[in-house]
Amino acid sequence: MTSRHPETMAELVAAREVLIVTGAGGVGKTTMAAALALEAARRREGRVLVITVDPARRLADALGVDHIGHGATRIEAPDLIGEDARGELWAAMLDARAGWDALVQLHAPDDDTRDRLVSNPLYRDVTGRFVHSHEYLAMERLHELHSSGVYDLIVVDTPPSAHAVDVIDAPARMIEFFESRWLNWLTAPSRSRVVGLVARPFYQVLERVLGPRFGEDLAEMFGLLDRLRPGFVARAREVARLVASSATGIVVVTTSETTAMVEVDSLMRELTTRHLEIAGAVLNRVMPAEIVTDSGSSSARALGELLERTSDLEDLAAGWGEEEAVVRTTLARLGERFADVEALHRRDQASVAVLEAATPVVTCVELFDVDIADLSTLSRVGSTLWAGVADRPDWSPQEE
Amino acid sequence: MCAAQRGQRVLAVEIDTAGALGATLEVAPFGFDPVVVGDGIEALAIDTESALAEYLRLFVRIPFVGRIGPVARLFDYVAQAAPGVREILTLGKICHEARTGPWDLIVVDAPATGHVVEHLTAPQVIGELVRVGMVRDQTAWMREIIEDPSRTGVVIVTTPEETPVNETLELWHRWHHETDVDVAGVVANRVAGEPFAPREHDLVQRLENPEVASALRERIGPGLDAILAAGHLAATRRRTAMGHLSRLRHELPPDEPPVLIPEIREVASTRRLVVEMARRLGDELDVEVPHP
Repeated sequence: MTSRHPETMAELVAAREVLIVTGAGGVGKTTMAAALALEAARRREGRVLVITVDPARRLADALGVDHIGHGATRIEAPDLIGEDARGELWAAMLDARAGWDALVQLHAPDDDTRDRLVSNPLYRDVTGRFVHSHEYLAMERLHELHSSGVYDLIVVDTPPSAHAVDVIDAPARMIEFFESRWLNWLTAPSRSRVVGLVARPFYQVLERVLGPRFGEDLAEMFGLLDRLRPGFVARAREVARLVASSATGIVVVTTSETTAMVEVDSLMRELTTRHLEIAGAVLNRVMPAEIVTDSGSSSARALGELLERTSDLEDLAAGWGEEEAVVRTTLARLGERFADVEALHRRDQASVAVLEAATPVVTCVELFDVDIADLSTLSRVGSTLWAGVADRPDWSPQEE
Repeated sequence: MCAAQRGQRVLAVEIDTAGALGATLEVAPFGFDPVVVGDGIEALAIDTESALAEYLRLFVRIPFVGRIGPVARLFDYVAQAAPGVREILTLGKICHEARTGPWDLIVVDAPATGHVVEHLTAPQVIGELVRVGMVRDQTAWMREIIEDPSRTGVVIVTTPEETPVNETLELWHRWHHETDVDVAGVVANRVAGEPFAPREHDLVQRLENPEVASALRERIGPGLDAILAAGHLAATRRRTAMGHLSRLRHELPPDEPPVLIPEIREVASTRRLVVEMARRLGDELDVEVPHP
């Protein structure tokens, strides 16, 4: 492969095997992941898989299907994906509990360890919260599906987390957890009667706070987890390698709202410290190009002047059979709505500039006037994504 | 801020969000002891070590001499895998402030949807996992506070969009089935205003007809179409938002309608946004402002 960076979303999709779609909550991340996968399946040969760990089932909503299970499901909608679609679209959703049980099954050295862990009362409650469990499971599942070799492109819709970078960090955190000296200290009592200097007061405190039974269960669980250590750490390293490899691209989705851009800014800094880069960015919900036009802004100025001329307003009112006052306020409000769009467009432009400084692939998706809840609107979004840099808003209001 | 402006002594609490609350209020990062952050609000942030130290001192009465740091870090480590450990300390601190602090109101910026139920059910979970010992008494007094609807309520914040409304309804139902904590209300934020009065709307509709619009087009030029499209966009956005809000209203009990906060455009800073939002929240809740 050449060292040239992909410059459109289409080139990016062609150059990578895995796209991790990330961003702040509520920016349309799931929709973009689904639209990217859908469009890739329409335009390229091969199998495209989109996976999510979303407990709120947004992906199923976005794909317009009732339910997607733990296993990969083929999305069959020939009228929308198109008779001429070249590829296949598949979708999978991760079930945290099933994911953990599978991992324990995989890494337990023997059946006894597995059974005791699975029946430990704490473990049963752990599955939803363990070391950014959702984020890690998303990456682990990605690795599993990627190494199966069945899919040509995998698009991952990442779970909502406090910070977008948590997903990228998940494998490293898992390694850190299992390699921590704390694990040695905590499991010392279950291996021998020699209790660590810190572990003893810890268990004393814990038992005073939470009761003796809790302490016993906890010691057992950590003892069992310790036996899974070699397998877990080896796997987490592979997962981390995949995430950092050139086969994987990180795609950031954002809107130009302040809170979303603050998150993008922090993500970019965090990625830089990890020597990772953003492969592409999608600025969602930008103001429509049909509104932000030079002729629109010149007419808006003329409208402002017209509102100063009572005689013109009276003429219009007479022609429309309307009261002059109603004509005046209606036109004033239309002017305000146009000014709103112009202001938001300026904010869009500022966001585009920030994103362009970070990545060569920046695509804008216009604000849709309907919700994206089915495949046909999803496919409209997909086409926009493919249109690439050319669709970026480059119009700017003329100087007053 | 809304409550503080109305003379209440308010404590704002941040959990696990690494200074996000302080950044929003545009003040220096704060710690475990309450600090004044302006506009009549005091704030604190809860970290495991401080919470553990206070918990041990107050409730377990372990005379902890020397350094608690390593044990607290071990707590942090264990909390990555064990349910309820950190949550019980966090909630312990909040309930302690509620029981002994000078506050009229404590506002907690809770974790995002999906994690928050775990936080508030920690005493219940721990209570079930641990059937004997003093922790039963510990969780009992916390449950008394958080399960008393006259003292504790959960406020779910949403926006009038597809996914947020779906999640809000899902959370609301989970709340009722899985916890004994009262849902005080649902707030819908960023509700786009009605862009036109009814008669104005009628006229805008008529302008869709080129013959009607021609007299205006002659005066202001062909960009009229873009201006009409901007009006159309505002009206459609409003209609879509109203659709989601009516779905929300329909699924919530009739006597607990959501509180609507209008969209706020173009504010210079996040602090200004908070001030503006407090004002609108006050308007919506229809509470008296003592100082005009």
